[in-house]
Amino acid sequence: MSAGQFIRVRGQVQGVGFRPFVWQLAREMGLTGRVWNDPGGVGIEVWGEDIDAFAAALRARAPLLARVDAVEAGPLDGPAPPGFAILESRGQGAETRVTPDAATCPDCAAEIRSPGRRQGYAFTNCTHCGPRFSILRCLPYDRAQTTMAAFPMCPDCRADYENPADRRFHAQPVACPACGPRLWYEVAGDKKPGDPVAQAVAELRRGGVVAVKGLGGFHLACDAANPQALALLRARKHRPAKPFALMAAEAALHGIAALTPADLALLRDPAAPVVLVASRAVLPDAVAPGMACLGVMLPYTPLHHLLLHAFGGVLVMTSGNLSGEPQVVGNAEARDKLAAFADGFLMHDRDIARRLDDSVERAAPPMVLRRARGRVPGVLPLPPGFPDRQVLATGGQMKGAICLVKNGQALLGHHLGDLTDALSVDEFHKALVDYAALFDHRPTLAACDLHPDFVATRAAQATGLPLVRVQHHHAHLAACLGENLWPLEGGPVAGIVLDGLGLGPDGTVWGGELLLGDYTGFDRAAHLRPAALPGGDAASRQPWRNAVMRLDQAGLAPLADRLFAGQPVAALRAMAAGGVNAPLSSSAGRLFDAVAACLGLAAAAQSHEGEAAMRLEALAGPPGQGYPFGPGLDPAPMFRALAQDLADGVPPATISARFHDGLAAAFAAPARDLVAQGRAWAVALSGGCLQNARLHHALLAALDGVPVLTHRTTPANDGGLAFGQALVALAQGAG
Amino acid sequence: MALRDTHVTLAHGGGGRAMRDLIDEVFTAVFQPPGTEDQARLMTAALQEPGARLAFTTDSFVVTPLEFPGGDIGTLAVCGTVNDLAVGGARPLWLSAAFIIEEGCEIALLRRIVASMAAEAAKAGVRIVTGDTKVVERGKADRVFITTAGVGVIPAGVELGVAQIRPGDAVIVNGVLGDHGAAILAARGDLALSVDLASDCAGLGHLMQAALAAAPGLHAARDCTRGGLASALNEMAAEAGVAVEIDETRLPLRPEVVGVCEILGLDPLYLANEGRLVLFCPEDQAPGLLAALRSLPEGAGAVQIGRALPGPAGRVTLRTAFGGARIVDMLVGEQLPRIC
Ligand SMILES: [Fe+3]
Ligand SMILES: [Mg+2]
Ligand SMILES: [Zn+2]
Ligand SMILES: [Zn+2]
Repeated sequence: MSAGQFIRVRGQVQGVGFRPFVWQLAREMGLTGRVWNDPGGVGIEVWGEDIDAFAAALRARAPLLARVDAVEAGPLDGPAPPGFAILESRGQGAETRVTPDAATCPDCAAEIRSPGRRQGYAFTNCTHCGPRFSILRCLPYDRAQTTMAAFPMCPDCRADYENPADRRFHAQPVACPACGPRLWYEVAGDKKPGDPVAQAVAELRRGGVVAVKGLGGFHLACDAANPQALALLRARKHRPAKPFALMAAEAALHGIAALTPADLALLRDPAAPVVLVASRAVLPDAVAPGMACLGVMLPYTPLHHLLLHAFGGVLVMTSGNLSGEPQVVGNAEARDKLAAFADGFLMHDRDIARRLDDSVERAAPPMVLRRARGRVPGVLPLPPGFPDRQVLATGGQMKGAICLVKNGQALLGHHLGDLTDALSVDEFHKALVDYAALFDHRPTLAACDLHPDFVATRAAQATGLPLVRVQHHHAHLAACLGENLWPLEGGPVAGIVLDGLGLGPDGTVWGGELLLGDYTGFDRAAHLRPAALPGGDAASRQPWRNAVMRLDQAGLAPLADRLFAGQPVAALRAMAAGGVNAPLSSSAGRLFDAVAACLGLAAAAQSHEGEAAMRLEALAGPPGQGYPFGPGLDPAPMFRALAQDLADGVPPATISARFHDGLAAAFAAPARDLVAQGRAWAVALSGGCLQNARLHHALLAALDGVPVLTHRTTPANDGGLAFGQALVALAQGAG
Repeated sequence: MALRDTHVTLAHGGGGRAMRDLIDEVFTAVFQPPGTEDQARLMTAALQEPGARLAFTTDSFVVTPLEFPGGDIGTLAVCGTVNDLAVGGARPLWLSAAFIIEEGCEIALLRRIVASMAAEAAKAGVRIVTGDTKVVERGKADRVFITTAGVGVIPAGVELGVAQIRPGDAVIVNGVLGDHGAAILAARGDLALSVDLASDCAGLGHLMQAALAAAPGLHAARDCTRGGLASALNEMAAEAGVAVEIDETRLPLRPEVVGVCEILGLDPLYLANEGRLVLFCPEDQAPGLLAALRSLPEGAGAVQIGRALPGPAGRVTLRTAFGGARIVDMLVGEQLPRIC
């Protein structure tokens, strides 16, 4: 007679079809028992032969959206029941998790193309795909708590939902044309009769702009191959140069981008992020002016599949918003705000409960530039050694994202946008309340940046909790360590943090740093020689300002005069000399801007954040010998070599490559020394400049043979800041 | 003329004859205080009206450079205190003036400053009735610092205060913003800014009386000095528990000020003003109020820039030309870079 076993499965195992999977597995293997959800994850009692094989299969054959962190088994007394049953949830706080939204699975994608009741249905989904976090109003994750509550299931859908053998068993958003959300096309407030998708496609073919209601917000779509349509959309959005995200079916993508196997794997991930891929330069340049990369994604909702199938080509899918504001989510809001941008609206009546931008990622080197739809609310495990304490960290300013720590896990919230915008600030405050409720979070410690005027800093102060103020680049370093599960007592590392700006404890502005330390503290081992930042934020918007300061510093004032003859160079120098709104800064981002400006890239003003640096990266030729930096990470010798190259007519691609390689070598050398001397165990790479794949590769090459930690699933930019802040607070607050 | 020196020495603060000469000739002769005693003795008839209240305020003035296009530290010292009284609804009556003078300060400069004060006081209809001087060693002050205090009377029935502000109120300023701050920056010769800008420095007592007469329902007023319009609105919104939205396209800004701000990377909303106030009044009284303000030179550029909203309490936003709304925060200190 076979003994029973109790099996506990931990991880992302709720709301992903895990119980029916267990049920089917048990039946297949001739086992009896029961399965349920509870606060610990999934609990299983099982009787029969070869339970070990069953436990192994739980991991090996887990459903698409499941992530199994642990399978723990123990003996169980009692008689075996006759069959295998799926039980209701047990215990308070069950269904504590909701998984991220997932792209339409292959089965559902095939179903909408095949005869049947869901043929052509834009809201088809199943346990392996569909909306989750974006439709959730509050936990537990049941249909009644989602925006699907407005759509009572028809008998057919209910039968699917209740059948453990169906892939829609307990799929909360299950729907069909008889009972689910409806799609329509409207122009100037009038719903148009007829096929909504066909009408939208007709408008797109005419070169118009269509607002499309997606999963986490509205997009503005236009034909990516039509230069007039691109010009129209850019003019209406007041967005002259910022690259547009594109969407196309996989077959069409191959025509516009050189996709590697890694790119394809990332594109096909259920998160369906925008992936930065090498452009084949066949689309008009206006799609992404001056860029060597395109941001592309696959259709991730049935509506996208229907739209792209009918359209056939490549669509721009840029976020539907007023300049600087968050994406529009409501129908009324869309009619109000997007009327000036869109010639028609492809809309539906399923509300979006939570605004989620598209995530933006790169496959090689793996990195996340924006963490939102499809990734959130995924959790990150804490590294070993951290105390069990609930912490709230509020993050940075330009890429708002908060982080909650509880039960040994960190929840890094979704991208909230630039917190100088009032609606983004509303989203931020909403997120504080929303995440706290969703995760039953009761922090006893808060963490924030050193900057006194960040909205996030004020919010952290307003909690009234004990507060740890974390230096910006220390937080970047800690985020990188944390993602790599570097133990609390793992010892010091050398952190190369190449970033825009962050306030230092000395009142100057940091950003090109070699920090030696860990979660608890750090020394500023080295940093770029500071230069004035004349005009503060104006220097971040106008690259020429940084070029003048760096060229002057290198004894190249006449070159600065020549390159920037049309600018108020004298006033700039006077500001720097007189200390009027000209803080000293070791920013690496501004060094990129300075070099870009010397090459005439966005020199007078950037039309969007990072434009100059992105164009400089796009230009860079193959690796080679970099420009020299002086002692104390002084870029003056670099600028003198660059000036000579300019005089000699060396191509900009070579100049850009020499800069990237020189900067990487300049930081890698002292970091290697720290490791060689036994003062650091590894080198960590972080900061917004690490989004630059060319620099990233150059650093990895220059650090060959040394253990290197990089960001792969959390942003190296300020989107990951809150995670680092939380870890520093936890480390410091523990003492 | 007993005072022969061209520069102030420590002896001028020593309590003896030199000090007496300095005070008599440079200060008292110009301000003409009424009595010879150490205190002003003032008729309080205005205060005895039923319901009238005494308004009392003080302010200290330091500025570099001391003299600038449109005024000097003396003009500021009178206007600043007069305006503090005026925005509370008071009719300004009397001022005191205390001077901290650095050894070596030119007496001719002092005379010019005192003349400015006397002229500004006459314009505002206030009298400088008492004062004090101290001389400190070289390096212990920057030539001259002035502290003024002011007394005025708030007539019965005038009830201005941020607590009166209601959602829907019109938000009005009396003219172009940031001229003072920009003029001061430009007047610092080291910045190589060649712009033709003068301080907006002005006493606003008469303007406030005209405002009260035209808009009896006026809810609140505040002068936008240090920290500019942004700080004044933030304080008022927080205290009143309302939000304030202002409209970028309606902001009165001189192109020269915009130009200086662009170069320096400063936000004109945070630039200091010395003759500007912001008023909150019920929307229906805004046209009358604007007309009354515009009838006086110091209100000629009056314009409605926005309105009060129910909430979130304390939030000030700027509706931009493209339709978005930017948070206009109260800054902890100087404008520090925030772009990462
Ligand atoms: Fe940063
Ligand atoms: Mg004052
Ligand atoms: Zn599916
Ligand atoms: Zn149905």
